[in-house]
Amino acid sequence: MTGSSVSQRRPLAMNIVIFGLLAIWIVLAAFPFAWTVWGSFKVEPDFFSRQNWMNAITGPFTQRQHGAPFTGDGYYGAWVTREFWRAVGNTAIVTVSVTVISLTLGTLGGYALARSGHRYAFWILIAALVFRAMPHITLVSGYLLPFFQLNVWGVLPTTIIVLVAINQPFTLWMLHSFFLSIPKDLDESAMVDGCTRFQAFRRVIIPVMWPGVVTTGLFSFLLAYNDFAVTSMLLSADNQTMVPKISSFLGSVQEQGNVMFAVAAVVSATVPLFILVLFFQRQIVSGLTAGAVKG
Amino acid sequence: MPHKTFFAFILPSLIAMVLFIALPIVSVVVQSMHVEHGRILVSVENCQPFGGCTTETRVDTAAMAQLRAEQPMGQFNGFGTYLNRGHLAVNEIGAILANNTGLGDIVSRIYNLPFYKALSFTLVFCFVVTPLAMGLGFIIALGVNTIPKMLKGPVIFFSLLPMIITPLIGSLILYWMIQPNGIIGANLRVLFDDPTLSLRQSPVLTWLSLLFYGVWTNAPFSFVVFYAGLQTVPADTLESAMIDGASRWERIRYVVIPHLAPLATFVALVQLMDNFRVFEPIVGFSAEANATSLSWLIFNDLSGDALLFGSAGATSVITIIGVIILLTPVLIRTWREFNHKVV
Repeated sequence: MTGSSVSQRRPLAMNIVIFGLLAIWIVLAAFPFAWTVWGSFKVEPDFFSRQNWMNAITGPFTQRQHGAPFTGDGYYGAWVTREFWRAVGNTAIVTVSVTVISLTLGTLGGYALARSGHRYAFWILIAALVFRAMPHITLVSGYLLPFFQLNVWGVLPTTIIVLVAINQPFTLWMLHSFFLSIPKDLDESAMVDGCTRFQAFRRVIIPVMWPGVVTTGLFSFLLAYNDFAVTSMLLSADNQTMVPKISSFLGSVQEQGNVMFAVAAVVSATVPLFILVLFFQRQIVSGLTAGAVKG
Repeated sequence: MPHKTFFAFILPSLIAMVLFIALPIVSVVVQSMHVEHGRILVSVENCQPFGGCTTETRVDTAAMAQLRAEQPMGQFNGFGTYLNRGHLAVNEIGAILANNTGLGDIVSRIYNLPFYKALSFTLVFCFVVTPLAMGLGFIIALGVNTIPKMLKGPVIFFSLLPMIITPLIGSLILYWMIQPNGIIGANLRVLFDDPTLSLRQSPVLTWLSLLFYGVWTNAPFSFVVFYAGLQTVPADTLESAMIDGASRWERIRYVVIPHLAPLATFVALVQLMDNFRVFEPIVGFSAEANATSLSWLIFNDLSGDALLFGSAGATSVITIIGVIILLTPVLIRTWREFNHKVV
């Protein structure tokens, strides 16, 4: 570890370079978000100003049209006029269901994979690795025809099941490596005391597995929340979640000249992610590095 | 663990994966061997009381519906779809190779075939974005490792945002900024003193902005992994290198980088696979005129009015083969490790 003793001996020029680079990176990473949030409270001629980008900051057109430098018109238009709230509700249903079901199936399967020394457990993991690497959109054309025939296309439950299945390989890998770090003796001694395998799992493993489950749950949530390929192809127009809704929004609002609805919708969809990072930063970082540091 | 218990535990996830991943792959392969039915035409004679009779050819919808119900997959085409102009374009490539005016001509004509256009962007995106994002991530990680503890939290927080953000939304946010009337686009015009400059006007500029987006969104992952790796660099080795008179750069070159090398392979493989599926930024940047990707081709086949299952299936199969090729090093390593453990 490069402790403080080393950092104190660093020359000033070096410090300036380091802080300069980091400052540039922070601006690159954070500025687009700040800019869009700020701009979402303006009218279109300000945010997409042809004359002067300073308009987006001072907002002369917003001032003229609404008598104030900020307006909630974009949000009103998106949420109420264009019924973005419906997409928000659908997103909530989809993400919560996907996370809960993925974790329930994943903990059982991951536990079995971690405790089984059989060769087929290895092959299941390899298959999961290949499935994890495949672009989701390659599977979509395989879903459409059967779903049309069974008449289950376009509704939320189908999409939830598909997202759970797509998410399983990743959930299995992550929870399996997490269960490997829980000592085998723990559940084995419970079984010596007369528990069945499932009782041992329920009474001994479940109480100590929460940190791993929370981290895996975060990533399952992100997958369901961020998905565009599957949700846009499998949901009908009135059942859309946020991301496909925003994309279908774009075509229609750009024709009518109110891009600000889309900007407001984009900002609305970003807020939950922001809060997620704020509260679960540690878990996200540990989840990202879990596979890496061991591998 | 006995076989029975194992399968009792894993059965639900296994069923989910077989039904919704394995079977769809089979279905995609089968579909790729079929094409849509040709249209059944009928001649209808329209006779009017005074105008005489005219014959009109139209599509026989009843017969079409019956045929579709009988064979929903379409008619069998074998590998025809793979080889046609929209995919591997074997005949067209043959013609180009047989009759051309030099290497530049070959390259540009092959590039104009839709599949090769998408493939070239996908590969360029993979192999340009991955190393650049890793390099940037490594530099940020080195920087963050040296700043006071108090600042690390906020820096990590802001760094995570570009990666966590929904890809479509992230690309829209950047796209709005680089439009000619957005802040970056407008300032680029001032900077280059060119009032007509638009990042969408040429393939090169579109590619550059997409690659920029790729680096922006991929760098945080490398940063986080490398930062975690830096915490495990052995302090003794660093100290002894210092005593031996190694400069700052030499310590990074000969101690830190070799220590992080296994991590770097991991990051590279994960990011190559993720970048191979590049899709959302093309939709977000409305870049399909100048840049397409394999995933975008599939999406495009499926999202139009005519659902081209055969064509989408063929592109999907080729994409899956590409992913498996990228994945081979990981598979070989996992296989070796497993055998090691058993023996």
